[in-house]
Amino acid sequence: MFWINGLLNSLAFGAILFLLAVGFSLIFGLMRVANLAHGAIFMLGGYIATSMIGFGFLAAVLAAALACAAFGGLVERSLIRRLAGRELAQVLGTLGLAFIIADQCLLVWSGDPIAQPAPALLRGTVEVAGVVFPAYRLALIAIAAIALAAIWLLVERTTLGARIRAAVDDREMARAMGIPVSRLFTTVFCLGAGLAGMGGALAAPVMSVYPGLDAEMLPLALLVVILGGIGSLSGAFVGSLLIGLIYTFGQMLLPDLAYVILFLPMVVVLAARPQGLFGRHMA
Amino acid sequence: MKPLLVLVVAAAAMPLLLPGEFYLAIATQVLVYGLFAVSVNLIAGYCGMVSLGHAAFLGISGYAFALLSVGAGWPIWAATTAALGLTSLTGAMFGLVALRTSGLSFLMITLALGQIVWGIAFRYVDLTNGENGISLPRPDGVLLHGTGLYYLCLAVTAGCMLFVTVLTRSPLGAAMQGVRDQPRRMSTLGYDVWAIRYVSYVLSALLAAASGILYMLTFRFISPHALSLTVSSEAVLMVIAGGLGTTFGPLLGAALVVLLKNVASAYTDRWPTLLGLIFLFIIVVVPEGLLPGARRLLGALKARVVAPDNIGANLTRASRIEGARQ
Repeated sequence: MFWINGLLNSLAFGAILFLLAVGFSLIFGLMRVANLAHGAIFMLGGYIATSMIGFGFLAAVLAAALACAAFGGLVERSLIRRLAGRELAQVLGTLGLAFIIADQCLLVWSGDPIAQPAPALLRGTVEVAGVVFPAYRLALIAIAAIALAAIWLLVERTTLGARIRAAVDDREMARAMGIPVSRLFTTVFCLGAGLAGMGGALAAPVMSVYPGLDAEMLPLALLVVILGGIGSLSGAFVGSLLIGLIYTFGQMLLPDLAYVILFLPMVVVLAARPQGLFGRHMA
Repeated sequence: MKPLLVLVVAAAAMPLLLPGEFYLAIATQVLVYGLFAVSVNLIAGYCGMVSLGHAAFLGISGYAFALLSVGAGWPIWAATTAALGLTSLTGAMFGLVALRTSGLSFLMITLALGQIVWGIAFRYVDLTNGENGISLPRPDGVLLHGTGLYYLCLAVTAGCMLFVTVLTRSPLGAAMQGVRDQPRRMSTLGYDVWAIRYVSYVLSALLAAASGILYMLTFRFISPHALSLTVSSEAVLMVIAGGLGTTFGPLLGAALVVLLKNVASAYTDRWPTLLGLIFLFIIVVVPEGLLPGARRLLGALKARVVAPDNIGANLTRASRIEGARQ
């Protein structure tokens, strides 16, 4: 019972992590930009959803995702683009942005944690073979699975995806072939930020939204990407599951040391494969 | 070496010139954060590896010093030695992990490692007293007065800066800068790139540990905030504002950030927003550091005022427009 519940919680947390990390990984893979504002955008999505809950849960999640996507596009157009080719400047720029977003959220939504009710439909529990599961967590896992499938289809089966893959492999050649790489950058940034915002909105009923959520989630997303390999969809998926399991069980078994345990998978993976489990070697 | 001497003499005269205890306390803070920035500069500026987790070293050293001297009742010198040793050991361990990669991955891993240490300070309440932090009792002897503390900080910071200056002019320092600029070429020439980075990283952790001790002596209080990403980022901002890989840049950047923080705190409690804006300003407008950047901007302004129809200026403008079109 303890183990089954822990497993479910791990999967639900892994689902949230996946929504956060996959966008980070896509952006990094395509643009070589480590978007350190990703955690702050996640938190922003959560806050927007708590303010929009009056229009219903679905509308709140959609609003959060769209607002964050638009914000991501704006950031790419106004800041990232201006610093093109300067990796360090881009990273530090997104870091500065993360401070501003977090502080403005504190100003707007105050320092108190805001609880978000789950949608009425998913508030109950589901009984499978005598074991009781909270319905919302099951829904989270389903949503992450759908997102995984949708992103996979997008990347592997559409023209847009083919262009993204081409630009990831060889940006200059893709440009020469007439692929509008700079528009792709904006698209992927919107997509990544939108997914993070959606993740924050969907996580709100489980974790609630509070100041510091960004600084708590960002390193977890980084760990997922480091473990799974930068720019890899399957890497983000497996990494999220791993970190979700380790973090959740760590907190249940050794609450004081849950953070230290996160250190272990990183050591093991980096020792064996510095490029991550599914990463390709990048010079 | 000579400018360092001049600076030390000027800094030594500071307590006589400053109008009061408050200003002396700020000067002391500049020295503490300056040393911390020097440690980040050693690895980021001279070796080309930007770490966003250095506050972990400041924090581990500070917590170890506080726990050993107050909790276990060790004498100050023993607690200091143990804190420096423990932090260097942590640096040696983190280095093994983080230096499996370089560039942006290194930055991400150091950030994650720093947050893990922050998480321990925050959650492991039995050891660290969690969010409430640990206080040191009022000191005795020479540290009782601000002046004594100031001179101690000055001695340690100046000593460490001298060490870094000597180091960067040594063959090892030359190798570090070679690894920063041309890692592959250095590797072809037979240098062990990994070992050079590793040594710099551990030395940098040791310097950060020294700043952690000064931090404890100055503030006499430490909480998880001292290990936060904000503190690590402030150090990187100081180094970049002052100029990456320069001798005095970190100290200049520290002075700028500490002064801004103190001035701003009188008017607003939105320091993180201001910090973010300063970040963006420096990165977009003067990425090479404030002094060289100001010189460049002034030069450009002068060129425009003196000779607006100058062919050279027009050419630059034309090429800039051309660049914007691409």
